Amino acid sequence: MKRRDFIIKSINAGIFTGAALSVGGFGKIFANTVNSSLPYDLVAVRDGEPDLMLDKALKAMGGIQNFVKKGQTVVVKPNIGWDVPPERAADTNPLLVNRIITHCFTAGAKEVYVFDNTCDKWSACYKNSGIEKAAKDAGAKVVPAHSESYYQSVEIPKGKNLKNAKVHELILSSDVFINVPVLKNHGSARITVAMKNLMGIVWDRRYWHRNNLNQCIADFATYRKPDLNIIDAYQVMTKNGPRGTSTADLIKMKYLIVSNDMVAADAAAAKVFGIEPQDAEYIPLANQLGVGQIDLSKLNINRIRV
Amino acid sequence: MKLAVLKKLRVVFSVLYFLLILTLFIDFTDFIPEKLYDSVLFLQFVPSLLTLVNLFTIAGIGFLIIIILNILFGRVYCSFICPLGILQDIFSYISKKFRRFKKYRYTYIKPFRWLRYSFLGIFVIGLISGVTVLISFLDPYSIFGRIASGLIRPGVIEGNNLLASVLQKFDIYTFYVVDLKPQHWQVIIVSVFFLLLILLFSVFKGRLYCNTICPVGTLLGFFSRFSVFKIHINKNTCTSCKLCERVCKAGCINIPEQNVEFDRCVNCFNCLTVCPVDSIQYSFEKKKIKQKNTQPSEQNPNNRRQFFALLALIFTAGKTRSQNIEVHDTATFPAKRTVAVSPPGSASIEHFNSGCTACHLCVSACPTHVLQPAYTDYGLIGFMQPVMDNHAGFCNFDCIKCGEVCPTGAIRLLDLETKRQTQIGIAQFVKQNCIVETEGTNCGACAEHCPTKAVRMVPYHGSLVIPEVTDDICIGCGACEYACPTTPYKAIYVEGNVTHQWAQKPEELEQEREVEDDFPF
Repeated sequence: MKRRDFIIKSINAGIFTGAALSVGGFGKIFANTVNSSLPYDLVAVRDGEPDLMLDKALKAMGGIQNFVKKGQTVVVKPNIGWDVPPERAADTNPLLVNRIITHCFTAGAKEVYVFDNTCDKWSACYKNSGIEKAAKDAGAKVVPAHSESYYQSVEIPKGKNLKNAKVHELILSSDVFINVPVLKNHGSARITVAMKNLMGIVWDRRYWHRNNLNQCIADFATYRKPDLNIIDAYQVMTKNGPRGTSTADLIKMKYLIVSNDMVAADAAAAKVFGIEPQDAEYIPLANQLGVGQIDLSKLNINRIRV
Repeated sequence: MKLAVLKKLRVVFSVLYFLLILTLFIDFTDFIPEKLYDSVLFLQFVPSLLTLVNLFTIAGIGFLIIIILNILFGRVYCSFICPLGILQDIFSYISKKFRRFKKYRYTYIKPFRWLRYSFLGIFVIGLISGVTVLISFLDPYSIFGRIASGLIRPGVIEGNNLLASVLQKFDIYTFYVVDLKPQHWQVIIVSVFFLLLILLFSVFKGRLYCNTICPVGTLLGFFSRFSVFKIHINKNTCTSCKLCERVCKAGCINIPEQNVEFDRCVNCFNCLTVCPVDSIQYSFEKKKIKQKNTQPSEQNPNNRRQFFALLALIFTAGKTRSQNIEVHDTATFPAKRTVAVSPPGSASIEHFNSGCTACHLCVSACPTHVLQPAYTDYGLIGFMQPVMDNHAGFCNFDCIKCGEVCPTGAIRLLDLETKRQTQIGIAQFVKQNCIVETEGTNCGACAEHCPTKAVRMVPYHGSLVIPEVTDDICIGCGACEYACPTTPYKAIYVEGNVTHQWAQKPEELEQEREVEDDFPF
């Protein structure tokens, strides 16, 4: 970056930050406060249907009210990256997305937004993943994220390789951020779960790929901690990820993991997937950056069997 | 004025049809069902003619219907069906609102026969030789298509984007922003040239374009000589008031001679509405009207000169749509494809180049915008024809839209299963440009996007994984090339297949792993 560009960008960022802080609601971005009142650090449920497992997990976490307050705006961010039908499990389970949104409205959410910066053609992904319909049925607003005009520049002070990024404006303006990845194999990151799913709220992903993908994933995780991560590991793509070529890539594991700690959630998902958390480079990197706890033995975990 | 209703019929029909066809080119929301495309464009003369040449199917008889209609009623095509003709009528109509251009502004124009037949000659040469670029420049439907797709559509999209960004402020996301892809200015300038040309012609001289340049007009005019119904003047009652001549857009009514040169009549029926004594009639021809032999005119060499001067300019000018946006010089090996990639369904580059008139309907309809007008990708022979531009997008695995909309059969309609195994090219990995090699960090964007896993990551040094291409399952969709983040050159690109091949299906190995009984943590 040229010096002049840097100065201009810094000024812009400064103006934006100031403006954002003055609006009020934006201030939450910088708080990143851990909700210490939660009964568990992590809840893992298995052997149920996605919606039922969600109900159990949220109940164990003390209910959705611990995350969504009356009158708040919520972003539910599933993985809608690929133009494939739900049975291919390359995108988050639509039934789960539907159920999460229903919970949010039960808690009195004012508005729930659903989007993803997709890899395949966005409108086809939204439609064919079944998520658009599932989300709309539950009353959410399914919004576009396919154009740079929906994104705002932000600074990532703790980032090593990724110092700034363009983030979807609704992430900046919404009160609550619920991250809903689907657990899958990934060619170069080993697995894609909660932290990798955040690539769907930023614009220029090519920059990440150019500048050490794993480090950038960890860097961006320092920016904004989702209030809740809900990992769909019902059907798990164990090979040919992240897009998959057929249903033969899937194993029905029937897991659901819920945590407000992305590192812990990803570490637990790695175990479910059958690898060590250390094997997916970005998990230890994020742990080093203080994003969360990689050592599951140090966590208060609730294991539920349906 | 008994038949004045014919003009009303013409206006209503043509406006509705024009809007329909315009919508096909403008629709950026995939709102128009695919089946409608064929029905709407069935009667377009040149696309239909080429469908017969390309595919020899029933869809290719539209132009025969036009010829039959022509032999019965005259050049109905020009005023009812031809979108470029209707566009000229719209320009003429609008210009009437300005005081300078009155309603009764036209006058008899001498036919420029040798000019007309020269253009028809070029058209026929293009048709026979398969040098379809000649047809691309002359076919009125394709000219209109490029104007609609390259000039009107971006305007509409900009308007939509403005609306979307305003509504967005109010938390309304019903409209969404559509990003426009950069275009070769050489292609755009051709559309601008034709738009200005027909604008000037239509405002000052009515349908002169259709009667000097348009080869379809000339060809249909030839059939008009034998038409059953013709417009003619009843010499016994005509008062030579010249009203009809003054409203004749085609300039084919010669009142001093009391003659209608019907081969140049575009069947607009304006004359039928103005004659105060009903002397101008549209009926069975009673006797042969003597054709006047006029000398080839010396007028308008200027237009032609401009036309060729512009052509020269276009072909000598440099390429503007650069492949690189940012400067990041890790990829230093200039990897360039030698064979352009033609869309799935086009069978081979040769078939495609000879069958496509560059109407850009597929460019408009392509959901991922991977289809873009070519500049020199195919060489001069494929100028303006759509090419797979993997910098603009990549071919969606489950999409056959271009085949569904193509009106000429240059892109054949494949069923989805066939399309998924149609190999339009093969991915080429350029290791010395790859992030994994140059930066020593993992990337994998190419393999991530690959729908068949023809590109997959294999172990490299230490924990690094590097792409590997399996040629026989690669379909050349370009997802890897699009996703590849290296600049200024890509580390993976698709080399086109001169003739499209059949790819193998990716293997589907069932897994036997059991899910453990206990929680793994």
